[in-house]
Amino acid sequence: MSVFVHKHSRVIIQGFTGQHATFHAEESMKNGTTVVGGITPGKGGQTHLDLPVFDTVSQAVAETGADVSGIFVPPPFAADAIMEALEAGIGVIVVIADGIPVQDMVRVKRYAVDKNAVIIGPNTPGIITPDACKVGIMPSHIYTPGRIGVVSRSGTLNYEAVQQMSEVGMGQTTSVGIGGDPVNGTDFVTVLRAFEADPETEAVIMIGEIGGPQEVDAARWAKENMSKPIVGFVAGVSAPPGRRMGHAGAIISGESDTANAKMDLMEELGVHVVRNPADIGKTAQRVFS
Amino acid sequence: MNIHEYQTKELLRGYGVPVPDGRVAHNIDNAATIAEDLGGERWVIKAQIHAGGRGKGGGVQVASSVEEVRQIADEMIGMHLVTPQTDKAGRLVQRVLVEQACDIRKEFYLGLVIDRATQRITVIASASGGMNIEEVAKTDPGRVIHEAVDPAIGLADFQCRKIAAKIGLQGKQINDAARIMKALYRCFRDKDALLAEINPLAELEGGNLMALDAKMSFDSNAMYRRPDITELRDFDEEDSKEVEATGHGLNYIALDGNVGCIVNGAGLAMATMDAISFHKGKPANFLDVGGGASPEKVGNAFRIVLQDPNVKIILVNIFAGINRCDWIAEGLVQAMHDQEINVPIVVRLAGTNVEKGAPILEASGFPFIMADNLDDAARKVMETLEGSA
Repeated sequence: MSVFVHKHSRVIIQGFTGQHATFHAEESMKNGTTVVGGITPGKGGQTHLDLPVFDTVSQAVAETGADVSGIFVPPPFAADAIMEALEAGIGVIVVIADGIPVQDMVRVKRYAVDKNAVIIGPNTPGIITPDACKVGIMPSHIYTPGRIGVVSRSGTLNYEAVQQMSEVGMGQTTSVGIGGDPVNGTDFVTVLRAFEADPETEAVIMIGEIGGPQEVDAARWAKENMSKPIVGFVAGVSAPPGRRMGHAGAIISGESDTANAKMDLMEELGVHVVRNPADIGKTAQRVFS
Repeated sequence: MNIHEYQTKELLRGYGVPVPDGRVAHNIDNAATIAEDLGGERWVIKAQIHAGGRGKGGGVQVASSVEEVRQIADEMIGMHLVTPQTDKAGRLVQRVLVEQACDIRKEFYLGLVIDRATQRITVIASASGGMNIEEVAKTDPGRVIHEAVDPAIGLADFQCRKIAAKIGLQGKQINDAARIMKALYRCFRDKDALLAEINPLAELEGGNLMALDAKMSFDSNAMYRRPDITELRDFDEEDSKEVEATGHGLNYIALDGNVGCIVNGAGLAMATMDAISFHKGKPANFLDVGGGASPEKVGNAFRIVLQDPNVKIILVNIFAGINRCDWIAEGLVQAMHDQEINVPIVVRLAGTNVEKGAPILEASGFPFIMADNLDDAARKVMETLEGSA
């Protein structure tokens, strides 16, 4: 098992014929992902990578039975693409774009109420269940099937954690990048809940960063609701207040936003906190064995 | 993206928020003329810089004659204003806002933010105006009102009246405050703001409400569709290295340590700084080269990091996903050829094409210090620094 995406997931790509989308669709297929087609408005009826291209998501769903969408359209058009996927009944929507206006995402989240879909991202490397389904831009060769769930806000720091896991012989059930934006589709709690419910996942690595209450909220939820151990890290101990550290959401707006404040609280709530980002793998090995 | 107070007030005036009569002055004569045109007996002169806390550094003063307006403008324009939000050198004041002074009876706080907990635009209001709202929230959280806005409906009148009543406004002021809140909300939504703050929202003698100070910041990711706001950007208020970096597609933030960092991805860039700090080192900067880093981009990253004279060593930490280690390696070698680089360079490469990257560095003959992983990289940075000290 796994969370959100698995070997039976049927994936479509929005913005299919674009250069990046093409490259990453091919990469996903090499990793075992079932890509069933894609959407590029105006190019419906053509084929691309030997797969059908549709004008709308609804047509793609009707024709292919797709239940997962990877959105590769540029930021100005991404909010509309998400709503189109929601309207078409897609269950898992992965949004790669970095730079979607925040107020667009506020409106998207309103539109998503009662749609019963999981939006991963935006500003995410995506989601991967190794050797079964990858929707995103991460280098799939670093991931191996295993028993640990990984959830992070950052992309490259997710890769870093996975590499450290590989060094100590640990693989992943699913790795989820929830993205670096302040208003995002899925929060840590939602992902932890899924990992808790997944029988294959034995433990979780959760990697956050400065800004916002998400990590501490998740730790608080886990204390009440989760039986599986969590190793946690929050990036940005050395970040100055008031500055946006690359990610739109990574900004210290008050004392509770700092990395140390979050890690202290997470520790109190029972998370196994790593203070040195180079020790994520080693700590996971110690805690989970 | 931030704008000046006078720009914020002009913008809000257009939406119907009452602000004091005033104009911006670039020199002393200008300031005096504005005061004469405005009339009255007292004027407020306010230094226009992006940092807050201006009053504490002498950046907000009251004049009782046009002659005094001249004196104060003379003092302020050209000064380096130091406030709790600037660095020690302060910020050069190039213009002042001259406004008619008001008689204040009471001060309130009114703000709009995108609240991360509710993921919605949220009104924040308090009867404790004129002070730092975060302080109020900490010492007396009951005095800070939060009201989230449904994006499908917009800020409703009843919500505004509820907020107004909760902060202690009465009678005609309830509807006046509601009008101000709705105007502020419209501006916030129309212009893709991330923050709008009226502090203080003053109750004047006579009972009218007036926005005495106002601040807005905007979503850089939405400025492609807000050309009128983009025009208000003041590059003098920004770090020139950061502006240059943005122009090259790099994300750079200057810090005060001596370990230059060149990393891909914001999270890994922060974690790299953290690993250095964990070993008691001090990062000189945050720098994210982003995805698809070309050799040229790597060269630009070096140029920008080395503009900081405090940099004694550089750590390059790349975990290639969409990036490719061989490209990064080529960029490193090219930078060594093109630039005069006299500091040691520790390199850690991982991910896509790592097996092609390392040989390129080795074959170059330059003395790169290779690291196997993040911990090794941070240790080698510290060992090298200690060895050369």
